[in-house]
Amino acid sequence: MEKIWTRFGDGSPVELSADELKRDLEEGTREAAERGNIPALSKEELQHLFDIFSSPHRFIGVEPGYEVVLSYDGTPIKMKRAQVNVDRLQCLQIYEKLMGADTLEMGATDYSFKPIKPVVTYEQPLLEQILAVTTAPVFYGAMPNLGLYSQPDGPFPNPSELLPQGKIEEAQRSYEAAVEAAVRDIVYVSDAMYTSGADAIILDTVGAAGDADYLAGLKATEILKEKYPEICIELGMAGEFVLGMHGDLFYDDDRLAGMYPHEQVKMAEKAGVTIFGPVCNTNTNESTPWNLSRAITFMKACCEAANIPVHVNMGMGVGAMTVHDHPPLDVASRASKAMVEICRLDGL
Amino acid sequence: MGVGDPFGMAITHAIASGMGGMRTAGDLVARMQIARGMKIGEAKNYVADRLGVSVPDLTDPIIMREVREDLNLGLLHPHAGSPKCMEAKFNIARLLDIDINCVQRFKEKVSIYHKF
Repeated sequence: MEKIWTRFGDGSPVELSADELKRDLEEGTREAAERGNIPALSKEELQHLFDIFSSPHRFIGVEPGYEVVLSYDGTPIKMKRAQVNVDRLQCLQIYEKLMGADTLEMGATDYSFKPIKPVVTYEQPLLEQILAVTTAPVFYGAMPNLGLYSQPDGPFPNPSELLPQGKIEEAQRSYEAAVEAAVRDIVYVSDAMYTSGADAIILDTVGAAGDADYLAGLKATEILKEKYPEICIELGMAGEFVLGMHGDLFYDDDRLAGMYPHEQVKMAEKAGVTIFGPVCNTNTNESTPWNLSRAITFMKACCEAANIPVHVNMGMGVGAMTVHDHPPLDVASRASKAMVEICRLDGL
Repeated sequence: MGVGDPFGMAITHAIASGMGGMRTAGDLVARMQIARGMKIGEAKNYVADRLGVSVPDLTDPIIMREVREDLNLGLLHPHAGSPKCMEAKFNIARLLDIDINCVQRFKEKVSIYHKF
């Protein structure tokens, strides 16, 4: 067999022999299985991945019948970043009418609940306008982003400064205070946007600041579900592993630090999350076959544990997508197809 | 989904593995995940049943264009006078037997629930 052309996790090209491809696929799944204490991919699944990567086609897609629902995060920011000068209303019309979007998502440029809170009364009428001129479901999304609650950006002492000084308890108290403040902001903004008619709320990049960040997302979900039992909340994670920045935070009886996607989804279900978005980070030093095999192993275990729909995160740097602003179509389409088909996903 | 330029990320996924949005029945299947928390298979079966089509038809733009037109569910290229946006969402809510948040609020605001 000729060399198989693929890419590293940063997008740079690489040619692999058939044996090298097989080895990368096997090592990727073994790495995930050992870390997560979950089953590795079967021989048949690895063969399916091998066939996908050895396909000579530039772009490939799922077999008919496997199509899934797409949800988005930070949609209008993508237009703004490319300096396409449309307002958010037109942006969502473009996604709906020109880009085959199954759902739409409105988010602010500073995609965090804290800075949105003081301007939420400007967000609400725009959402109401958007809802009047679109047909697809409209989500409103933002991040808990606990980093904004520590000094100098926020009111609480900075745990990143306290921890190196050995002030563990002070750092933990700061995280706990930040959780309470973040929950209030998430609930305030989400309540307002739901009252204005949003079809769903997205808590995105949850856990970016570690276990306290994840706890804030779970607690806010619980409060919102209690007030609005019918509300749809999609909770998307920041990484495959919940960092124990606090280290001693629990949701009910479960310690959050160290949880992998198949454990994270159970906490999300308990809190009342409707759709869960797990993440597996891309390693730029490894090939896309290695990354994809590893990511699918984590995501498959998550899907098998889930009783709620799972929309796997497949943006830049996650889900074996390259760590580059412009994902190459060859590996992006292979990752999309393989993830959906092997995990039997509900969405991306 | 996630970060990345729209062509490389959003459009790639939409073509490789998406339902097709309003070209097909993607928005309708999504509504069942939102309203009832249905997994993909159950959501597709439910929507196909309510629309009177087969599951494979849900991602066929030729068939779904006709179905959406017949059932007034909103079109990618709407005609003059055909239901659009909020009007289409009223029909979608009724056909799928779900509450759509903005439709409920629209009804409250235009006093549909009030007797004069």
